[in-house]
Amino acid sequence: MLLYILKRLITVTPVAFGVSIVCFLLVHLAPGDPLSAVLPADATQQTIDDMRAAYGFDKPLPIQYAIWLWHVLHGDLGVSIATGRPVAQEVGRAVVNSLILASVATLIGFTFGVFFGFVAGYRRNSILDRVASALSVFGVSVPHYWLGMVLVIVFSATLGWLPPTGAGPDGSGNWRPDFDHLRYIILPAVTMAVIPMGIIARTVRALVADILSQDFVEALRAKGLSEFGVFKHVVRNAAPTALAIMGLQLGYLLGGSILIETVFAWPGTGFLLNAAIFQRDLPLLQGSILVLAMFFVALNLIVDVMQTALDPRIERA
Amino acid sequence: MSTAQARDGAAVELSGLRVAFGKTQVVDGVDLKVERGQALALIGESGSGKSVTLRSILRLFPAGRSRIEGKILAAGKDVLALDTKALSHFRGGDVSMIFQEPLLAFDPVYSVGRQITESIQRHEKISSKDVRARALALFERVRIPSPERRLDNYPHEMSGGMRQRAMIALALACRPQVLLADEPTTALDATVQIQVLLLLRELQRDLGLSIVIVTHDLGAAVEVADRIAVMYAGKIVEVGTAKEIVRDPHHPYTIGLLRSRAEGAMDKGSRLQTIPGSPPDLANRPPGCPFAPRCFLAEDRCRKEMPPEVELSPGHRAACWFTDEASSAYRAGPQPVAVEMA
Repeated sequence: MLLYILKRLITVTPVAFGVSIVCFLLVHLAPGDPLSAVLPADATQQTIDDMRAAYGFDKPLPIQYAIWLWHVLHGDLGVSIATGRPVAQEVGRAVVNSLILASVATLIGFTFGVFFGFVAGYRRNSILDRVASALSVFGVSVPHYWLGMVLVIVFSATLGWLPPTGAGPDGSGNWRPDFDHLRYIILPAVTMAVIPMGIIARTVRALVADILSQDFVEALRAKGLSEFGVFKHVVRNAAPTALAIMGLQLGYLLGGSILIETVFAWPGTGFLLNAAIFQRDLPLLQGSILVLAMFFVALNLIVDVMQTALDPRIERA
Repeated sequence: MSTAQARDGAAVELSGLRVAFGKTQVVDGVDLKVERGQALALIGESGSGKSVTLRSILRLFPAGRSRIEGKILAAGKDVLALDTKALSHFRGGDVSMIFQEPLLAFDPVYSVGRQITESIQRHEKISSKDVRARALALFERVRIPSPERRLDNYPHEMSGGMRQRAMIALALACRPQVLLADEPTTALDATVQIQVLLLLRELQRDLGLSIVIVTHDLGAAVEVADRIAVMYAGKIVEVGTAKEIVRDPHHPYTIGLLRSRAEGAMDKGSRLQTIPGSPPDLANRPPGCPFAPRCFLAEDRCRKEMPPEVELSPGHRAACWFTDEASSAYRAGPQPVAVEMA
């Protein structure tokens, strides 16, 4: 098993390297000069050249990349042009906030998704199945920024039960697990949970239906297992795929939450990316994209390893 | 075996068994008796209702979608009267089953040993150390090489023959009185088939088991079974000892099955005989004998009236209007048979 993890780590390295090149290039290929946003309109050519040199923008791209990569490998993502703070610090704080939001959302989505999926898979074509299927189709297809705004209108503006935006009462960007902060996470987490819930419910329904139709389920009944005993086997068979989907959903939520974080002003990576794009804050943009991409790579790795551990048919060699 | 015989009644007794899925009457009035310590083979084509008959003994159908009528007695219990809890103890404990394709009948994500100990622990209070020893002894009993190591194998890590042996070990785990086998050799290589059949025969003798084996392979049936029942379209058309069925068949369908075997001496250039036509649509059953449209002896009467069972000798029965004609046709040897197609 350790050997397998090691092998997977080695295969991941070129992927990570490729990702870093894409991150770097993406930002440089986009039109617009990053310095024009921070420099005053009447800046002299001398000032502009000095600034370009200071940020290293005067060197050829491959050299810029090499320098950037060297710094990245040492944990230095550069300095934000807009705020002047280290990018690593900004991204780190945002990542923690996004991770908290995405984890809570995935947990909610996974719990309800698995529940609906099992109910629908076990009671196929019943009314419960139809309701669960309708809910999951709704979850997959509803635009979440729209759902977010509707939830804000209902629960914040109209009922006044929950705060509409931000991560905490003090307006600061540090979320803590206490009651006050919990109230802030509910709306964005629920909004975000709707998509993984739908996807997980549909996948689990199909999985459960498929497992229940297999011969070994009849064989388990034939040897006298109770329905609960059979259920345990179904869960164990469904687990690898369900967990893989959950892992990938967590990854999507980490990177794909720009809209939701913007709607709810949640100080996470999406919010940060949004700001970085609008301010043409190149180092910040590069840094956050890179960190998010690495999250995805790491997540895929973890899911792979977990699947291998759960399903003996996947080769360990 | 003497203790097994001392108990009263047959191991399995079906009377007037009818099983329907929706409008399709798959099993249509089956009476069958398997004495204790005996092996009975149910043979017939695909869709003849033999597997359904077998499964009904364990009531292995979803409750809402099937209708079972008649009476089923197995291992001294009235199967249709058992409640959910009693049924789950009956399954695997009194009567157990082995399946056609062992690769599909084992849960792929549990080791084979674990699936056997799970079954034992379901039916008995036993320590985890003892249960492992029991599983090991079972593996030795069915002669799986290096059994200790094989217990930790997953189903996909075993060969087909070994998996079927493991399946038999699983079925015997809780010392059942009756073993049901659904085409136990169909998925196996020819060389492995005979080993598995001999193992079944040996276990039956040593443990005093009663066996009901479903197969479409007459050779396999003769190998293990004391008695053979031939099924067609949800009915038993002929039943008797294995010898009676093979040597002295009295039903045209049995004769058709015997003649369509590729075994024994066949002259070069001679054609293998087949039964023309195909089994009837069970959802839309014609009146009279269901085999009539394919029968070389059929007359108008056959298409109108269902023939009664005729007792040919004690225990040998056939359901046909023309048992004598069928018998003499068989004795006359293979010859081209005139067939009227409907």
